[in-house]
Amino acid sequence: MKRTVSLSVNGATRTAEVEPRALLAHVLRDDLDLTGTHIGCDTSQCGACTVLIDGRAVKSCTMLAVQAEGCQITTIEGLATNGNLHPLQQAFWEKHGLQCGFCTPGMIMTAVDLLAQNSNPSEGEIRHAIEGNYCRCTGYQNIVAAIQAAAATLRGATPARAAS
Amino acid sequence: MPTLFGSGIKRREDPRLITGRATYTDDVKLPGLIYLAILRSPYAHAKLGKVDTKAAKAAPGVLAVYAGADITDRVVPVPCAWNVPNCNLKTPPHPLLAHQKVRYVGDGVAMVIAESRAAARDALDLIEVDYEPLKAVTDPERACQQGAPQLHADVPNNLAFTWVVAGGNADEAFAKAEAKVSLRIVQQRLLPTAMEPRAAVASYNAGTGQLTLWATSQNPHIHRFLCSVMLKIPEHRVRVIAPEVGGGFGSKIPCYADEVLACLASMDLGRPVKWTEDRSENYKATIHGRDHVEYVEMCGTRDGKITGLRTRVYAGLGGYASTAAPGVPTILHGLMYSGAYTIPNIHGTVHGVYTTATPVDAYRGAGRPEATYLIERLVDTLAREIGMDPVEVRRKNFIPKDAFPYTVATGLTYDSGNYHGTLDKALGMLDYGAFRAEQEKARQQGRYLGVGVSSYAEICGLGPSQVAGAVGFGGGLYDSAVVRVYPTGMVRVYIGTKPHGQGEETTFAQIVADEFGYPVESVEIVHGDTESTPQGWGTYGSRTTAVGGTAVKLAAQRVKEKAKKVAAHLLEANEADLEWKDDAWVVRGSPDKRKSFAEAALMANVAWNLPAGVEPGLEATAFFDPTNFVYPFGTHLCTVEVNPETGQVTVLRYIAVDDCGPPINPMIVEGQVHGGVIQGIGEALQEMAVYDAEGQLLTGTMMDYAVPKASQMPKIETAHTVTPSPVNPLGVKGVGETGTIASVAAVVNAVCDALAPLGIKHIDKPLTPARVWAAIQQAKGNGGGR
Ligand code: FES
Ligand code: FES
Repeated sequence: MKRTVSLSVNGATRTAEVEPRALLAHVLRDDLDLTGTHIGCDTSQCGACTVLIDGRAVKSCTMLAVQAEGCQITTIEGLATNGNLHPLQQAFWEKHGLQCGFCTPGMIMTAVDLLAQNSNPSEGEIRHAIEGNYCRCTGYQNIVAAIQAAAATLRGATPARAAS
Repeated sequence: MPTLFGSGIKRREDPRLITGRATYTDDVKLPGLIYLAILRSPYAHAKLGKVDTKAAKAAPGVLAVYAGADITDRVVPVPCAWNVPNCNLKTPPHPLLAHQKVRYVGDGVAMVIAESRAAARDALDLIEVDYEPLKAVTDPERACQQGAPQLHADVPNNLAFTWVVAGGNADEAFAKAEAKVSLRIVQQRLLPTAMEPRAAVASYNAGTGQLTLWATSQNPHIHRFLCSVMLKIPEHRVRVIAPEVGGGFGSKIPCYADEVLACLASMDLGRPVKWTEDRSENYKATIHGRDHVEYVEMCGTRDGKITGLRTRVYAGLGGYASTAAPGVPTILHGLMYSGAYTIPNIHGTVHGVYTTATPVDAYRGAGRPEATYLIERLVDTLAREIGMDPVEVRRKNFIPKDAFPYTVATGLTYDSGNYHGTLDKALGMLDYGAFRAEQEKARQQGRYLGVGVSSYAEICGLGPSQVAGAVGFGGGLYDSAVVRVYPTGMVRVYIGTKPHGQGEETTFAQIVADEFGYPVESVEIVHGDTESTPQGWGTYGSRTTAVGGTAVKLAAQRVKEKAKKVAAHLLEANEADLEWKDDAWVVRGSPDKRKSFAEAALMANVAWNLPAGVEPGLEATAFFDPTNFVYPFGTHLCTVEVNPETGQVTVLRYIAVDDCGPPINPMIVEGQVHGGVIQGIGEALQEMAVYDAEGQLLTGTMMDYAVPKASQMPKIETAHTVTPSPVNPLGVKGVGETGTIASVAAVVNAVCDALAPLGIKHIDKPLTPARVWAAIQQAKGNGGGR
């Protein structure tokens, strides 16, 4: 009943024996030990499980692991390069964009996709882009500020000051 | 040297969280791990017949299946740990798995342990249960009327308790009053929705008799104690580890059956057992919040002096009394009926009522948001009744700043405050006069703008242990710290509280680093593991900094006193001749004769040359038990526009001015306010747990329960005043709950203010477009608009 899946995750090829019905979120966490991807719901609302599939943000609980074969998967563990934080990770830290941190990996992955599509999003565009990612702790304000700051860094501009 | 106290440094917990390297409970993996799943009642109220587990036991991968009858004799029922006195409290047993009866949708009925999550989950479908459905009742007011379905044999009319608070003579005040107002208020049920669902990993070692439980807990020491009681094993053989915890908001305070079932399974099967609830399970099986139906009245003079307040409250408890449930609508609610005001005559009656619904317990603010809401709604209603500006009524009744410590009619003594200060600051930020003028103009154009004021005082920093004992709380409320200095001078601090997002790994390190003249990096804060941390009582009731932070400060001071003796000895000087400068002691008058804290720490640890009578080593433990609670306060202002065609409420501005004493880390304080306010706005505008007549939870998934989203929520403007508390040496209060306590009333008051021209007095929250629209239609139909 189980079958082998071969997944390209964070630049490495990983294999696991999984049931065909296994969700990508579960396989990442339980079989590949990539527990930075979180599971906060069972109805695809919360976004805690968001990863990048071929560069686009996808809720990994909405996808079977077997469907991800042949795709490039990036999880939060693969975002920093050569020990350097991604500008979004840095900005979430600087702007206090997290408290308990449970929503954070998914939130950051969604923001990576947003900034790839739109290098200078307005506050409204950011709030719209992350509305599929729930955060119960921060009230979102500092998350928005963090994404704005990271956008500025990525554009090569001086980081914007936090909205107060 | 500038102090770290007061500086908004970046959080030290963040690197692991932003890189996916943190370990939450469900991330814990152990060799031989097996999985637990729990079958939950689909009925709100039913007699339980045969539970047939045969087919489930035979399913592939299944290791064991239990029903209630299999374990009843082996465990102690889930205890209620807050036995509020003088209210005839009845807490019927809460079995770990139901037997004879189920009392809410989600009540545990049976459990399966299997080799994989999926196998355990699949096998639940193979358990056959005979239910004989009984009538449901989820409204607490209806549940205590004659003829309502009875949940527990020994609890007539489902009345768990009737608690009374009285001060002055309210009946006389109302009889004599020039003005009186009354409201019926429903404070709806809410789903706490910590983003991390609950989880447990239990590992029992039969060889040593040691049980280790990783659990989503705000208070691992309380869970250790309750686990030992429920499992009947000695407390010193139980270790509870709360690793990274993904939010709690009160929902991870209680002791639930599920975590203990995981322990039992591990003890029986000799393998580590993991249980993780999914979100739909969380919405049914993890506590809910609020659930009051209230009849409230206020009286006063025509010139705005409040003379009395009366309440009759029906507080829903759900099917059983959860861990702290009886204390929430009584001690944490009724005792706060004076709010920020000098109300001389108060009488409150609170009925705690069992209903066929998920148990209710402490949810962010726990009783104080409900108190603030009813008081602030009444103040606005009274202001309108006597034709006075609601701001003026507040000014006229505030406890004056020179009256502290001030004892209110309910008997509490507030520590310190300057209520006019926060109000004035908030009004200035808004330009209240300009807004009123704009509102007047808008009204003429048929637009509905409103401003809501919410001035609060709240009780937190729980609290003196003696008081805890006197009010029936089943534990102490002091807290603790061990400060341990290593030979290299590096410091680890072990604390009894349990941060889960509030940032104390940073703020507590700021306190200690200041004490030793260190950079913050030299101090690590350790929490959550009962094996290494001293006895403490956890993180809730905005107590961590005021109580636990003070313990940290005291332990650091003790360490420093000892290090000073060592330094004096090494400098061959009298202690009295030493001065502390930056990071070292200097002999007064000889600035080149100095010993740093780190040098003294090294000598204390190697003990080659210590003064007579001084023991080797450098560490100290402190237990801090405060003499009183602390009382943060503030004023929040909200302006809204209501669309009369659709009932949609748009928040225009939200201003929060809080006073929680001196902030250790202003960035973190601001984050706490943001989060709290948004949770309160969610409560005011959109969140509600809905049951149907059969007791089915209609908002049983995240698809149906309106958790606030980024696109729906406004920006918060924050400011602070600083009034230190005399209760602890840091002067700090608490700020984890103030946002939620203040904001609900601010939003609802704003909407009611906007709709005043239509004659609308009150709309029950959440103020969804449908509710607001219906109220507008009704007002127009009734020829409202005086
Ligand atoms: S876990 Fe995937 S959206 Fe919630
Ligand atoms: S930081 Fe806790 S849910 Fe977002």
